[in-house]
Amino acid sequence: MTIATQESETIAQNEPSSVGMATQRQLIWTKFTEHKLALASLVVIGLIYLVGIFCEFVAPRSPEHYDSAYTMLAPQPLKLWYTDDAGQTQFGLHVTGFSSQRDPNTLRRIFAPDESVIIPVSFFVQGQDYKLFNLIPANIHLIGAVDPSQPFYLLGADRLGRDVLSRVVYGTRISTSIGLIGVAISLVLGVILGGISGYFGGWVDNFIQRVIEFIMSVPTIPLWMGLAAAIPVTWSPIMVYLIITMIISLIGWTSLAREVRGRFMSWRNEPFVVAARLDGTSQMTIIGRHLVPGFVSHIIASVTLAIPAMIIAETSLSFLGIGLRPPAVSWGVLLQEAQNIRSLAEAPWLLTPGVLVIITVLALNFLGDGLRDAADPYT
Amino acid sequence: MSDKPLLSIRDLQVQFALREGTIRAVDGVDLDAHSGKTLCIVGESGSGKSMLARSLLQIVASPGRVTGGEILFTRPGQPTVDIARLDPTGKPIRAVRGRDIAMIFQEPMNSLSPIHSVGDQLVEKILLHHRIGKAAAIDRAVNALDKVGIPNPRQRLNSYPFELSGGMRQRVMIAMALACEPALLIADEPTTALDVTTQANILDLIADLQRELGMGVVFITHDLGVVAEIADEVAVVYLGRVVERGPVEEIFYNPQHPYTLALLSSIPKLGARRARGQRLRAIEGMVPHPLNRPKGCPFNTRCAEARAGLCDQVDPRNLELAPGHFAACHMRDPAIVGDAVGVSA
Amino acid sequence: MNVQPTLNAAPGPELLMRVKDLKVHFPIKRGILKRTVGHVRAVDGISLDIRAGETLSIVGESGCGKTTLGQALVRVLEPTNGSIDYFGKDQTGTDIAHLGETELRPYRSDIRMIFQDPFASLNARRRVIDIIGESMRNFGVRDERELESQVAALLRKVGLRPEYMNRFPYAFSGGERQRIGIARALAVHPRLVVADECVSALDVSIQAQTLNLMQDLQEEFALTYVFISHDLSVVEYISDRVAVMYAGRVVELSDTEQLFAAPRHPYTAALLAAVPRPDPRSARAKRPARLKGEVADPANRPTGCAFHPRCPYATDRCEAEDPQLRSVGSSLVACHHAEELMLKGVTVDAA
Repeated sequence: MTIATQESETIAQNEPSSVGMATQRQLIWTKFTEHKLALASLVVIGLIYLVGIFCEFVAPRSPEHYDSAYTMLAPQPLKLWYTDDAGQTQFGLHVTGFSSQRDPNTLRRIFAPDESVIIPVSFFVQGQDYKLFNLIPANIHLIGAVDPSQPFYLLGADRLGRDVLSRVVYGTRISTSIGLIGVAISLVLGVILGGISGYFGGWVDNFIQRVIEFIMSVPTIPLWMGLAAAIPVTWSPIMVYLIITMIISLIGWTSLAREVRGRFMSWRNEPFVVAARLDGTSQMTIIGRHLVPGFVSHIIASVTLAIPAMIIAETSLSFLGIGLRPPAVSWGVLLQEAQNIRSLAEAPWLLTPGVLVIITVLALNFLGDGLRDAADPYT
Repeated sequence: MSDKPLLSIRDLQVQFALREGTIRAVDGVDLDAHSGKTLCIVGESGSGKSMLARSLLQIVASPGRVTGGEILFTRPGQPTVDIARLDPTGKPIRAVRGRDIAMIFQEPMNSLSPIHSVGDQLVEKILLHHRIGKAAAIDRAVNALDKVGIPNPRQRLNSYPFELSGGMRQRVMIAMALACEPALLIADEPTTALDVTTQANILDLIADLQRELGMGVVFITHDLGVVAEIADEVAVVYLGRVVERGPVEEIFYNPQHPYTLALLSSIPKLGARRARGQRLRAIEGMVPHPLNRPKGCPFNTRCAEARAGLCDQVDPRNLELAPGHFAACHMRDPAIVGDAVGVSA
Repeated sequence: MNVQPTLNAAPGPELLMRVKDLKVHFPIKRGILKRTVGHVRAVDGISLDIRAGETLSIVGESGCGKTTLGQALVRVLEPTNGSIDYFGKDQTGTDIAHLGETELRPYRSDIRMIFQDPFASLNARRRVIDIIGESMRNFGVRDERELESQVAALLRKVGLRPEYMNRFPYAFSGGERQRIGIARALAVHPRLVVADECVSALDVSIQAQTLNLMQDLQEEFALTYVFISHDLSVVEYISDRVAVMYAGRVVELSDTEQLFAAPRHPYTAALLAAVPRPDPRSARAKRPARLKGEVADPANRPTGCAFHPRCPYATDRCEAEDPQLRSVGSSLVACHHAEELMLKGVTVDAA
């Protein structure tokens, strides 16, 4: 409810300073920005989610595109300067080619960098066709070789010659969105059940709390494994994705429900709530206008802290081979493919998704910490 | 008054370096505490009285610290130590804390460990400072509880703090503070959270123990009634400064500083029944924010006698108006108001 | 819920509220099954009249039930037993003790409360205008311009600048917040204001300002105050009548003059003797006898007179027989020996 009559505007103009006029949101933001690590994490998380949203555009190729000529190709570093055929030093974004030969003993292909082969690279190049968000046909990619037929593997290739960068970028969409959707489901369950528990109290509260305790006491990995194993192999990747998300959030809601219940209980008898009751405000208005706005910031903070748990859960399940399965691409699926000593020794670039998981989880945790500290700006 | 004070504070400064600026919580305080006497430090919230008390043991919470001045502590027969120079985490200060100078706080529940019995905590403290056997330490603990008037002290050793009432907990705190027979007791609003009847008992207890042990007491409070009951000397603090100090009778019956005068007239006095329509004389305005200290005399923004161009510009000097009675006010300064000292405008 | 006018006692012209045999008991629950193992009898049978225009103080130590009584009077709590007859502007009494939230609504604007904690009682997320204006909105002010001018007028009345109405509570000091709390209580022209320890969190100089303000407002708006406090000096200053509570009951109810000059109940006398007085000479003249023991536990009331374990005058009768509140002189006292005791009050010996 905003009151912006002319009178209040003139008063605001006469006021020399705006002391005490900052809204809660402004205060939270001011306090949040003091937390430099959280601020940096916010940027990192923002970038990661942008990549996830626009993965078709960011990825140089489709994740399924393979080229048996380039299996297990090492990452090609981006370079700026090269010497052209005339011996002149030229400036231009490029990667260099390589020559390949077979090891006569192991029959494995060995790539040797060949500085003379220049593959020009550019931003916003035309490449493979794709449909953005599965809807809009397009063929512009953020980065790629000017000639799409030439090899361009910034993060190397896997054992089928697929571009690791493209696969990681596509994996970002699934892995990060599982976190979001999972948390959304947890949030709905948590707020409703926690709210009921905290508001009504009594035996309802008792019952819900015992259920939460029961769910929390069940060992998670075996439960997930059992549930995931029950998914029919014939189901489409989309269905599996949805089911996995639900399985994960089934456990995630409990801690959120406790948080909400605790807030409800401790605030129900706060003097300012009692005061609102005495002001003749109805129960629903008290909940909506006094209680909920008070803990939205806290909920946002705990939700931020819950997302990494979801991402880890998805990664672990997929890594164990009981979560998402190829052809779906997630960080866990990618890591599962890197699950042998050979890749560790010879193709460490296949572990890039693992690095990303760590960065994302850390950044989300820092962000959540920052939000939690800022959630109560009055202290 | 004995020749050498137990504790002599000179020009003490305690500052908090915050992002928004530096808060001068204690700003050039001079005080003396004597053995067997009670010094009351009285002030409103935000006056820095608690910081002053904490700085005496170097337990000011970060980011605050003692930035200047001296706190000379002289235990009879021992060399003088300057507590302000000691490292807050070092060994010398730890020897002073608890053994030579003990402290009790407003909320005893926060200073007692909830998971150890009263006896364990008391015995541990005694063993920390004295080289005696465990049995002897237990005897001493029983003795200490007995002294503070706790019934069945030997059984009470096994009680946990939550099993005791607020008054009993404060008695246990006093027993712990006095277990090592300190030369000085610092009490920071020890009775504020208690009911009047319990408060009266605790005040009596402190007075009795003081008489028995001959220790000095520095008592921090906001309650002028408590001051009148227990103080020998009184220091009135406002925004980190002592604006007036002197013997208790001087402060109550011959107050000089306008702040002391205003404080005394703003409290409803029990027994002095109001006539219908009579009003309390309130002090105008609010205590300024410590980041927004006024220039000159800290009280000039609320003072009825303040003279523009003087009080809001120049720091008043500390005047000795009567033996041991100091006040920092331009309007009491003979050099400024001539001979009209003590006559309010 | 019985909404019936009480006809048994014809209300005097000045009667505002009649409390009869009021009880508020809280169950003590233990164990996983939350079985009730006993009751905390916070308020245990209180009867008193509140007269229009007076300031009635309720004093007592922590745990005596004074806050619970206040919460029952404004109906934050539903009493376990008893009646609270409220005499509205038309002088008909309505028992509000057991009304539901909707039936209570008309009385919410008449009976208001000022809270103890000026920090916790203001929602930090709402602007001053929304805090003060909430009850105005709920009780009929629809026009925002009108609301704003009313809030501005109220702020001026309690000594705050009207320009501050768009600020949030964190911008104000404790004393200023308590003024906002007072403005909120007065926003809908109440008749009865219950002030629960409303100055005890404030510094002495701010306390004096607030008490003066409350007196001014009482005169201007013909308010009736129920002033709950543990501070006897403040109570003596502000009240017309005083009720002393011990273990959930009123042990003495009397005019302020009478109560302070000549208390009739030993507990009242002990309370008065315990108050530290800002007068070093009289404070040191002689040490009065102190009360021994602890405040009675409302979950485990002593037999007979609840005060007998601490009372210096207690006899066997006090241990066996529960004293009823009765008239002694001009006071109401619950003590078997009220007539014989010559108790010392406090007199005007301060300079």
